[in-house]
Amino acid sequence: MDLTLHHFIALLPLLVTSATAVLVMLGIAWRRSHTQSFVLSVIGLNLALLSLLPALQVAPLQVTTLLVVDRFACFYMALILVATLACLTLAHAYLGEKQGKGYPGNREELYLLMLLAAAGGLVLVSAQHLASLFIGLELLSLPTYGLVAYAFFNKRSLEAGLKYMVLSAAGSAFLLFGMALLYADAGSLSFAAIGTILAPAAQPGPLVQLGMALMLVALAFKLSLVPFHLWTPDVYEGAPAPVAAFLATASKVAVFAVLLRLFQLSPAAASPALQGLLTVIAVASILFGNLLALLQSNLKRLLGYSSIAHFGYLLVALIASEGLAVEAVGVYLVTYLLTILGAFGVVTLMSTPYSGRDCDALYEYRGLFWRRPYLTAVLTVMMLSLAGIPLTAGFIGKFYIITVGVQAELWWLLGALVIGSAIGVFYYLRVMVTLFMVEPNLRRHDAPFNWGQRAGGIMLLLVALLAFVLGVYPQPLLDLVLNAGLVQ
Amino acid sequence: MILPWLVLIPFIGGLLCWLAERHSSTLPRWLALLTMGLVLLISLWLWQQGDFQLAPGGGRDPTWELEFKHVWIERFGINLHLALDGLSLLMILLTGLLGVLSVLCSWQEIQQRVGFFHLNLMWILGGVIGVFLALDLFLFFFFWEMMLVPMYFLIALWGHSAADGKTSRINAATKFFIYTQASGLIMLVAILGLVFANFHSSGVLTFDYALLLQAKLDPAVEYTLMLGFFIAFAVKLPVVPLHSWLPDAHAQAPTAGSVDLAGILLKTAAYGLLRFGIPLFPNASAEFAPIAMGLGVLGIIYGALLAFAQTDIKRLIAYTSVSHMGFVLIGIYSGTQLALQGVVIQMLAHGLSAAALFILCGQLYERLHTRDLRLMGGLWGRLNYLPGVMLFFAAASLGLPGTGNFVGEFLILLGTFKVAPLVTVIATGGLVLASVYSLIMIQRAFYGPAKAEGALRGLGGRELAMMLGLIGLLLLLGVYPQPVLDTSAASMHGVQQWLAIAFSQLLSAR
Repeated sequence: MDLTLHHFIALLPLLVTSATAVLVMLGIAWRRSHTQSFVLSVIGLNLALLSLLPALQVAPLQVTTLLVVDRFACFYMALILVATLACLTLAHAYLGEKQGKGYPGNREELYLLMLLAAAGGLVLVSAQHLASLFIGLELLSLPTYGLVAYAFFNKRSLEAGLKYMVLSAAGSAFLLFGMALLYADAGSLSFAAIGTILAPAAQPGPLVQLGMALMLVALAFKLSLVPFHLWTPDVYEGAPAPVAAFLATASKVAVFAVLLRLFQLSPAAASPALQGLLTVIAVASILFGNLLALLQSNLKRLLGYSSIAHFGYLLVALIASEGLAVEAVGVYLVTYLLTILGAFGVVTLMSTPYSGRDCDALYEYRGLFWRRPYLTAVLTVMMLSLAGIPLTAGFIGKFYIITVGVQAELWWLLGALVIGSAIGVFYYLRVMVTLFMVEPNLRRHDAPFNWGQRAGGIMLLLVALLAFVLGVYPQPLLDLVLNAGLVQ
Repeated sequence: MILPWLVLIPFIGGLLCWLAERHSSTLPRWLALLTMGLVLLISLWLWQQGDFQLAPGGGRDPTWELEFKHVWIERFGINLHLALDGLSLLMILLTGLLGVLSVLCSWQEIQQRVGFFHLNLMWILGGVIGVFLALDLFLFFFFWEMMLVPMYFLIALWGHSAADGKTSRINAATKFFIYTQASGLIMLVAILGLVFANFHSSGVLTFDYALLLQAKLDPAVEYTLMLGFFIAFAVKLPVVPLHSWLPDAHAQAPTAGSVDLAGILLKTAAYGLLRFGIPLFPNASAEFAPIAMGLGVLGIIYGALLAFAQTDIKRLIAYTSVSHMGFVLIGIYSGTQLALQGVVIQMLAHGLSAAALFILCGQLYERLHTRDLRLMGGLWGRLNYLPGVMLFFAAASLGLPGTGNFVGEFLILLGTFKVAPLVTVIATGGLVLASVYSLIMIQRAFYGPAKAEGALRGLGGRELAMMLGLIGLLLLLGVYPQPVLDTSAASMHGVQQWLAIAFSQLLSAR
């Protein structure tokens, strides 16, 4: 297959991101400067975001057998790039602008690692082949180990990094084994080919089912679905706040996008046994995620558990896999992304600049409203959005998921969803009411007074505004997602 | 264009209250008063100039006194669709009136975070007005859920924790929120079920009331969907097995919160049944009617008995609400014009009398710093005006002729007797229990030996004016309810038609 100019244009977002990573690396080798690395990365990512426009002109286009750049891929690429940009601005504030104050170690490599991980995410969402799936997943995961353990002199951060690495490696082994089994039966690694080869058989063979199940285990690990969720709270708690935000948004969105494409293109997923397995995982994730979150007094852990539950909700759409499902996943991921970015953004700004440990204990947020009303308003909107209350984006997402569930008549899953939401409300409300309670006397951390005038703060206010606007007038988002559907 | 403004004014007013707090602590109060006064004036003006012959009804296309429609979410056929008929107008009138009262009764009670308090108060009222006007099922659900959050804040931040420390205000608020949120989600599932059932038969994806009224439903599906709606409304009304959030929420809420809860929020459930529950699923509702009436009777007796056993005066009044709402439930499902008209009067009268009783409780609390009836007694001689006023509202609550409550309960019982004599007989027994708990409350609080000496501060001008206004309105409703009855006649006739058609079909099927 010859590569023409069109192919390069289609790959432009990925190429720009990778080039930025190289450039930032060379820049660090030449002269260490926090501002320089940050500015370079932000410019690169913005260019990558802009290059989506020409890429859309040539889409859909197959670039080798590994990648396909279609509207679906472009949509998720945009999500990943935006999420990465947001995490970068948060990280800039978090590490501290002036030398000597804030993060004591080398700051520049964080941007490099995040750019690399973003490139992995871009590969992942355009993957149409098991090989590119694996490459993308590893390119996404390997820098993340470094990111999670970036504050390595902090015991928790290092522990979280190691834990994530060991479990992630085990997940990769499952993934490879599953792929091998699938290849043994289908004789091809391309998503579509697997689909067509296996289509004549009414019931996929045991080898295929086992292979799919093993791959599902690996991906469920990345998405922290029960029972593969055990790493989530620890890693969320240990990782520096902007990294946790990246892990919760860009990384999970990319993995879910590829999972969705795999399921849509390979009907092997439709076997009843696998559907049953997914249903059990979804119900367990919704219930366990919400129940365990009840007991948390640490905001980052709480968000970790809540993300388990939220991906349980998303599985409802994946299981339905018909009608509005692809659209619902798109809408839900956008709303989830905004919400989690906002929530972690507040945690990050509260812990800014870095001073040994993040400000993540719930009691540190007591009475925040009376000190930082607008920051509190942001967190309140995010909590309401996570709980799916009207006037916020989260409501539209949840509405979509319930719509898909009703359309596909998945009553058991809907039951779990309703119960899970009711439990969820309890801890989201607890966080919210804490913000408005009477101030305690002691306080350790607070966001800087001028947080709203810095890049991170402005980004956060924009995210909150968007979460509100999309909750009131979601039509533009729905149009966008409708155009980003998968064409089979 | 007047309808969207009716919804928007409280929201904008609330934001202004919040912003005004930094300038002065009384400015938010005046702004809130102005906002609710404006709502009240607009609704009075609408009442005065409309004739309210237009209302939706069974077997024809719905018609409205006033209508507003604008595309909102095209993808699902969702519109910003607001409309007004006699029933919604009366409910909005009540909302505006109680809104003014809840601002007034917080004048002394709320001294902290005044601006944020009024923001929440105004947003609750805005959400409630939205519920009373929404005609798109999505929009209805939107407002239905939206009013929960400010109510939660109102209870959780400005409430009182119980003296024994068993239930804190935050627990009570959370319980309220979870009950209504979970049942609301069940309703959302039912709404979507209805929308897709309609989509399968007609091929149109819509949330519009008028189109969904014509949905062809399989009987089993209709019954299930009806139950989904009923559960949400039953939690809010409340119907007995699902009522346990109510006493806690009331006991812990600040006065304005209790006034809004008892006066308006409970009425949204009755309104929901009249506007959506029955018209959308008339056949299933007719089939379900005996069960619903049974639940209503259970509520009347159970609420009255538990009210009798309370020592916390606010909990006592909360349980009387359960009992009174039992009458409303019976009246709604009896399906006669007389009983349905009685339901409207009962809703208005209970809104006024319960609000007044809660305000009086608040005033007692301001003076005594307790709500425990065991610590009261002998207050008649120590307080000016208040005991007498309370006696009047207790008498209203037990359904004394001359008050609106009597008209409401009498019409409900009279209308129901034709279709369900047994239910009526038992429910009438509830009236006896009502006199027992009302008089016991007065007896324990104001008579008997005094627990302490010395006169307490009597009612001030603001407090007395509120009470006299309410007494006047309640008497007016009791002796001359005709204007109200005329306003709601067409709407209630519509509901009656839906049920009548369904009942006759049910009879012929047997």
